[in-house]
Amino acid sequence: MAALKIKKGSTSHSAYNLRPNFSDVQERHTLAVLVDNEPGVLARVIGLFAGRGYNIESLTVAEVDHTGHTSRITIVTTGTPQVIEQIKAQLGRIVPVHEVHDLTVEGPSVERELCLFKVAGEGDKRLEALRLADIFRASVVDTTLDSFVFELTGAPEKIDAFAELMRPLGLVEVARTGVAALSRGAE
Amino acid sequence: MTRQMTGAEMVVQALKDQGVDTVFGYPGGAVLPIYDAIFQQNDIRHILVRHEQGAVHAAEGYARSTGKVGVALVTSGPGATNAVTGLTDALLDSIPIIVLSGQVPTFMIGSDAFQEADTVGITRPCTKHNWLVKDTKTLSGTLHQAFHVAKSGRPGPVLVDIPKDVQFASADYTAPKSANTSNYQPQLKGDIDEITALVELMENAKRPVFYTGGGVINSGPAASQLLRELVEATGFPITSTLMGLGAYPASGTKWLGMLGMHGLYEANMAMHGCDLMINIGARFDDRITGLISAFSPKSKKAHIDIDPSSINKVIKTDIPIVGDVAHVLEDMLKVWKARGRKTNKEGLAKWWTQIEQWRAKDCLAFKQDGPTIRPQYALQRLEELTKGMDRYITTEVGQHQMWAAQYLNFEDPNRFMTSGGLGTMGYGFPASIGVQMAHPDSLVVNVAGEASWLMNMQEMGTAVQFRLPVKQFILNNERLGMVRQWQELLHGERYSHSWSEALPDFVKLAEAFGAKGILCSDPKDLDDAIMEMINHDGPVIFDCLVEKHENCFPMIPSGKPHNEMLLGEASTQGAIEAGGAVLV
Repeated sequence: MAALKIKKGSTSHSAYNLRPNFSDVQERHTLAVLVDNEPGVLARVIGLFAGRGYNIESLTVAEVDHTGHTSRITIVTTGTPQVIEQIKAQLGRIVPVHEVHDLTVEGPSVERELCLFKVAGEGDKRLEALRLADIFRASVVDTTLDSFVFELTGAPEKIDAFAELMRPLGLVEVARTGVAALSRGAE
Repeated sequence: MTRQMTGAEMVVQALKDQGVDTVFGYPGGAVLPIYDAIFQQNDIRHILVRHEQGAVHAAEGYARSTGKVGVALVTSGPGATNAVTGLTDALLDSIPIIVLSGQVPTFMIGSDAFQEADTVGITRPCTKHNWLVKDTKTLSGTLHQAFHVAKSGRPGPVLVDIPKDVQFASADYTAPKSANTSNYQPQLKGDIDEITALVELMENAKRPVFYTGGGVINSGPAASQLLRELVEATGFPITSTLMGLGAYPASGTKWLGMLGMHGLYEANMAMHGCDLMINIGARFDDRITGLISAFSPKSKKAHIDIDPSSINKVIKTDIPIVGDVAHVLEDMLKVWKARGRKTNKEGLAKWWTQIEQWRAKDCLAFKQDGPTIRPQYALQRLEELTKGMDRYITTEVGQHQMWAAQYLNFEDPNRFMTSGGLGTMGYGFPASIGVQMAHPDSLVVNVAGEASWLMNMQEMGTAVQFRLPVKQFILNNERLGMVRQWQELLHGERYSHSWSEALPDFVKLAEAFGAKGILCSDPKDLDDAIMEMINHDGPVIFDCLVEKHENCFPMIPSGKPHNEMLLGEASTQGAIEAGGAVLV
């Protein structure tokens, strides 16, 4: 047994500050959570993330079954493997939560986001913006003589790439829906 | 057959149908219709507390000592916010309680009405689930669902917020069996492959230990019986958390005593040195693990828990078993017996020899010398004089709580009510009221410190009004003892605000409430004074003046592993030779 030396007046570390030696690699996971669409259910989910210090990168929610009153919450989060496991277990504990799916590990999945971009400019910049929008298959949903609003759907990386291209061409405002995701295949 | 009734009548009917006989509460504007309904019936007793926090702790005490759901009734606004501490306490200790709160009428919600608070918003993170009922039609179904959620799976507190107009309006009453509870059905049976894998490890383990917690008690009396059978059959040593005391009897031969920060030396050393740790219904709390990276480094760990989020939360588990303790233990016993009841006898014998060496240190030894009562001595005498009685113990929080866990022996589950997870000072007194309500003829003692006790002393009025003979056994050191201890050990003996001045005269205080007060300061008088307390038919405040600077040992300081315990004043020579882990 090793001797314990605590100096008088020292402030010892607390066990609260100590983390177990699990892997500290940060992973990005997309979770699909099926819930009863009852008042406060979104607050429960968000409160869980805030209260336990988990990250939310993207969150979308809407009722997907109007007769059964169930909603689908899609959450993109980052954390160590242990934290991701905890997030799933903690979500599963919420009484109105029916299912928690980790689309990142449950096989291939598709992720899509819808985005609106307002780009203002004249002359060459305006033409270039229109040309790039065509390449990205974005559609023009509003136009004035000196602005466009583009609508673009795609994976988050595609949206990011388009936003980067639009920035020097007069990007004024962006609105993104956040990620919606489904597993591939018949299941 | 459906019956029309008002929302307020539904509340009373639903409580009756759920087998509730006692409600702890405090009236106010937004619950007047329910109080009116309570007034007009005799099946449910209402205990008027003196503060809503007291109502919730009393409901907790009732729940923990009976295994039933405890019920508290509070008004809107301040009534509900006063219930928050009790709800959080019940959440951390997994205690099934229901808080019914009144709310301003639905048409006034959101208008900052008088005594309006966003009760479901405030209590969302401190309940297992909560509901705001906006329509009388859904009220009875929601109440039945609330009972179901509170007691099934990992139990916990729930809250149902009922606006005043919902209490007045009438609708059809739904009976419990027609209520929809199907969407919340936690898994009870453990995975049989994992159980078999655990049994295989048990057959070969040289240094196994059972580490049990409150989950065994929450699972019901059958779980404690099965645990006892399993421990006796295998001959493995067993330790328990604060929350699990009594599931295995303290007089049992395999009992190591409580583990953790102030646990017994032999229990913590066994946890550190084991090769197989079988966690049954405990959650690797930080008061148990100490330094996580050095926690039981050489063991395989199995974890049985009904809550999947407990598994791998803090400590990596080799064999996770999600299920109810009683169900899993039953399967474990079946599998173990079917495979021929094997254990590693040779390894176990060596392991017990080692444990006996640790036990020989007698880490709880103390000397009662001088004219002042040592707190350990007070509890030792309390144990000696109440041993074998039909006895329930509650505690407040602090040094006295740890000493109670160390020096009192618990032979049965549901006999020890203490605030473990949240560490709520002020828990013990109202909890003792709840326990006494459930067990009117039993001896109920709240082991308290004077500082904790003062936090809910107003409940003396409740005890006297309802003639509840609860015994308030106050170890009075005129200090916030545990705070003082940490300041001595970790903050250079700078005792910042950790002593009590202007304490009341507890005997006069008792008399002012119409109760009995006993003062004891001489060790020679202690036995007689304790007997006087026990024999008095009514509530007693026992002011036991104890040594002011006693520290609670053994102790694992925060951030240290199990094998680096401070044995302190209680240490014997062996401990010093073994490495000098003794604080001077």
